[in-house]
Amino acid sequence: MNKLTMLGWLAITLIAAGSVLGLAVLPADALQGEVQRLLYVHVPVAWVMMLAFFVVFLMSILYLVQRQLKWDLLAVSAAELGVLAAVLTLILGTLWGRPTWGIWWAWDPRITTTALLVPIYAGYLVVRSMTEDPERRARWASVIGLIAFVQVPIMYLSVFWWRSLHQPPSSPQSMWSAYGLVMLLGFVAYTLAFAYLWLRRYRLATTELELELSGPGEG
Amino acid sequence: MSGLARRAAAILWKDILSETRARQGFTAMLSFAALVLFMFGFAIGVDNDLLERLAGGLLWVAIIFTGTLSLGRTFQNEELAGGTRLLRLYPGDPRAIYLGKLAGNLVVLAALEIVLFPAAAILYRVDFAAQAGPLLLVAALGTFGFSVIGTFFSALTVHLRARELLLPLLLFPALVPVVLGSVGATDAFLAGDPLGRAGGWLRLLASYDVILFVVCVWIFPVVLEE
Repeated sequence: MNKLTMLGWLAITLIAAGSVLGLAVLPADALQGEVQRLLYVHVPVAWVMMLAFFVVFLMSILYLVQRQLKWDLLAVSAAELGVLAAVLTLILGTLWGRPTWGIWWAWDPRITTTALLVPIYAGYLVVRSMTEDPERRARWASVIGLIAFVQVPIMYLSVFWWRSLHQPPSSPQSMWSAYGLVMLLGFVAYTLAFAYLWLRRYRLATTELELELSGPGEG
Repeated sequence: MSGLARRAAAILWKDILSETRARQGFTAMLSFAALVLFMFGFAIGVDNDLLERLAGGLLWVAIIFTGTLSLGRTFQNEELAGGTRLLRLYPGDPRAIYLGKLAGNLVVLAALEIVLFPAAAILYRVDFAAQAGPLLLVAALGTFGFSVIGTFFSALTVHLRARELLLPLLLFPALVPVVLGSVGATDAFLAGDPLGRAGGWLRLLASYDVILFVVCVWIFPVVLEE
């Protein structure tokens, strides 16, 4: 078994362990009830979203500095995962919000700015799909990856700037320690899952690029 | 620096000349903006109180819709005549091209707003004149932020298929802080700023403007590379 596959299995095992702990072992939250268990996924997935977009930002800068296509491929691999994580965060958030706040959707700064990240990075992916030349594609995508990231700190800080429905992050002091531990396990598990999927997607992207560069009829 | 300013001014002057020689573009833009203002009136219905309350938001949406159409032409006109390539051949910092085009867009948008603000004041029955000073500041900051991002994305999307669709797709999400800041400050000033909220919106607007201006000027040469 190679290292990447091992990473994948490790991530799956930890996610399974976290799910069992979160769903069956820990008692339900006194105020929020069973639905609070969704947060063991919602929060780590939201973290993965920010991590993924930060990776896009970093890889975009590396590409612009070094002009090696591998950085661009690493960026797009993270961007796809970031969009996926953003959509998942929103779905889990609305599922939790309906019973807790009584509404599916609120015009809350944190929710709205998170939702906006989806079209921003979708734009990043669409621009890529419409540009044939790999160098140009990488260059334009890196520029968008760089500018788009301006929105991520705004999204994160929005709960502190505007007091609204979505709460600021909990701290270890504000949570029962067992909840905190399962949450921490979730962070580790989903981060590993991100790393695994990211590197997998990167391998695929490398192969795709090789095929593209070899031209039609030859590969 | 003076070289940069001189080159930017030359590009601005060239664009103003070609724009004033063929005025159809601007006339079409103004008519479109008027249509947008009317559309809001139709969509909301004859409810003067409601229109008055929504005026700030409606006005900014009209500016941004119309402005986006105009921004798309920034580099499109050059591209049609092969002008971008020629511009790139001139010696000196390519950032002058961005600054010149940005200045051109600011002029066009200012001209649009000179008509649009009074039109909205009449149609939606709001008194912009009472708060002219603060509103001028909001309009300047909002228009600047819009042009900074818009000029940049216009250069980025000009070579793409479906650029008419992609420009707003990239532009609108990036504009959200500008829209929030401009509408928030406009509404606050129109209401006489009873809660003292206008300052916060202006700070958001100004800081976002500065950040994006620095980033856009910094990476513009990359966009222009062949």
